[in-house]
Amino acid sequence: MNDMRILERDVDAQAIKISAKNVQVFYGDNHAIKDVNVDIQDKTVTAFIGPSGCGKSTFLRCLNRMNDTIDVCRVEGDISIDGEDIYDKRVDPVQLRAKVGMVFQKPNPFPKSIYDNVSYGPRIHGLARTKADLDVIVEQSLRRAAIWDEVKDRLGAPGTGLSGGQQQRLCIARAVATQPEVLLMDEPCSALDPIATAQVEELIDELRQNYSVVIVTHSMQQAARVSQKTAFFHLGNLVEYGETGTIFTNPEDPRTESYITGRIG
Amino acid sequence: MTDVSISTTPSAPDRAKRVSLISSDARTEKRKSAERRFRMYGIAGIATGIFFLIVLLVSIVSSGTGAFQQTFINASVYLDPSKLDKNGNRAIEDLRKVSTFGYTPLIQQAVFDKLEQNGIETPLQKRGDMKALISASAAAQVRDVVLANPDLIGETVDFRILASSRVDGYLKGRVQREDVARDKNIDAEHLDLVDALVPLGIIEKTFNIDFITGADASESRAEAAGIGVAMIGSFFMMLVVLVLSLPIGVAASIYLEEFAPKNRWTDLIEVNIANLAAVPSIVFGILGLAVFIQFMHLPQSAPLVGGLVLTLMTLPTIIISTRASLKAVPPSIRDAALGVGASKMQSVFHHVLPLAAPGILTGTIIGLAQALGETAPLLLIGMVGFIASNAPDGIASGLLDPNSAMPAQIYEWAKRADPAFYERAWGGIIILLGFLISMNTLAVILRRRFERRW
Repeated sequence: MNDMRILERDVDAQAIKISAKNVQVFYGDNHAIKDVNVDIQDKTVTAFIGPSGCGKSTFLRCLNRMNDTIDVCRVEGDISIDGEDIYDKRVDPVQLRAKVGMVFQKPNPFPKSIYDNVSYGPRIHGLARTKADLDVIVEQSLRRAAIWDEVKDRLGAPGTGLSGGQQQRLCIARAVATQPEVLLMDEPCSALDPIATAQVEELIDELRQNYSVVIVTHSMQQAARVSQKTAFFHLGNLVEYGETGTIFTNPEDPRTESYITGRIG
Repeated sequence: MTDVSISTTPSAPDRAKRVSLISSDARTEKRKSAERRFRMYGIAGIATGIFFLIVLLVSIVSSGTGAFQQTFINASVYLDPSKLDKNGNRAIEDLRKVSTFGYTPLIQQAVFDKLEQNGIETPLQKRGDMKALISASAAAQVRDVVLANPDLIGETVDFRILASSRVDGYLKGRVQREDVARDKNIDAEHLDLVDALVPLGIIEKTFNIDFITGADASESRAEAAGIGVAMIGSFFMMLVVLVLSLPIGVAASIYLEEFAPKNRWTDLIEVNIANLAAVPSIVFGILGLAVFIQFMHLPQSAPLVGGLVLTLMTLPTIIISTRASLKAVPPSIRDAALGVGASKMQSVFHHVLPLAAPGILTGTIIGLAQALGETAPLLLIGMVGFIASNAPDGIASGLLDPNSAMPAQIYEWAKRADPAFYERAWGGIIILLGFLISMNTLAVILRRRFERRW
């Protein structure tokens, strides 16, 4: 029913990028995600909030099939990006992940140079023919991730030598470099200090111009600051999904209200 | 909640019982002495270990250094044409017909002449009495030179002839005068002679390069035996082990660690690999005998077969250490690679493997060092070939030619009767330990050098 309301409001303004229908996720016998339906719009920041273990990260990882790497994990239902079912047998998860970039909770740059970190994706996907092309992509990506000015003089330095916030922005640059259409962020600021968090949040807002961004966060303030849409997960259910402002000021479901007022969680 | 409130507000009688921080109470004393005792046990354990290590090293060095020195007799041998080349045409076929028996009298004569020239008085008045001083290998030594250069016949040539093992032992303190009475090989008069010849420089003890480069020698000529050929055998085996076990081991570990599904079969394989690492090496020896020699009919005593058997033995070690170092690579690196759209294989070969490389390298070198010192399986496949020809022969066809290996050679020497061989066994141990120490050092250096560069 939530879906209907959103469709009414936004269908002409913004296209739906990702559409999930009746998604179920099982870890062995554990039913982790129960019947989730959600439509994520293009050029929008969508925040997933909810208490720990509610399945928001699991659902996020379904969107680029990172759950495939977990043996016991089973996904049912339909998830489509631009109308194409990503769990179709013909879909190569490798291609999908180039299209749906991901930024992880802990900054995890490769133990290589900054340049190699960013250029790795384009290189394996053959996005650059020449070294000059690659240089352009690296610079663009680092600029998009708002870290170019800080690292332009030391592209050969190890990525792991940067500060936590810089590392996370480097990871964002790395994700952006493969020219994805969707960016998934799994609690990207949980390992960062407030200043680095502010930088990354600002960056997320800028990234909205080009990508559909889905961010999982524990911080409701962060969700309120960066997102246009918010989805509240509880015990594997998608409880409520709607405009961020509505969710935070006038939630429909009593559980959502309890969570944002701090009574559960 | 309630517990906390009680402990934070102690009642009045508790406060009265407070103890001084400066003088420790009985409980603290007890704890302290327990800790002291534990430290003592630890120190005692380490001290015992170090003590035995020192005893071992001292005994090895003191017993083995002798093998690196050898006694020689400097003599000028007249290469008599009437004995060595009866036809007088220096044809190599004719020269080959003269065996070492033709040379022995000439050498004995040469040593005998030295006595006369230097006016040494001795009751030994026959040329043949010199036999006890001279190594049985001396004739072959001279013959080889003559065959290589027939023009020398008819001239008097200076040679550094190997002294017999008894003379050698006498100079090294291994043979005492008291022992000689029961020894048929040498008499006290010979020892007097040696005492007289040493100051003249005719008999001298020098560094023995032939021990390191030379071949084994028969029971009666310990003085000519060297470990060089066995070293080559070991080298070829290590080559086979490295070429086979590194790629197979690394490939198997990568598959098991990164690709294989975790199910009952892979669990079974895992347990079996761990068990294989603990199988006694002689079992691998008999497996090699059955499979490689009796079934596949590969040549006996060949370094190829030895290498194959040692490969079987080394594989579990390499697989276990490789898997451990693959496991040590943080999963976030794999996620990162998969996240930018790398395939499983790309993530392994571009990111995981380079990070695991130092560990894999160390494991491989340790495995090789283990294989280098392994003796038991070699005995079963006959890698104790008696190779008396010197190094250059048989190197080219090395992998299939019969050969020995260093530990097997040491075992052979230790078995033999002549104490001179016993000395060589210790010398061989020194060389083997030298190799093992340098391999382990290399492993440590590589690990330090490449581990987590940033």
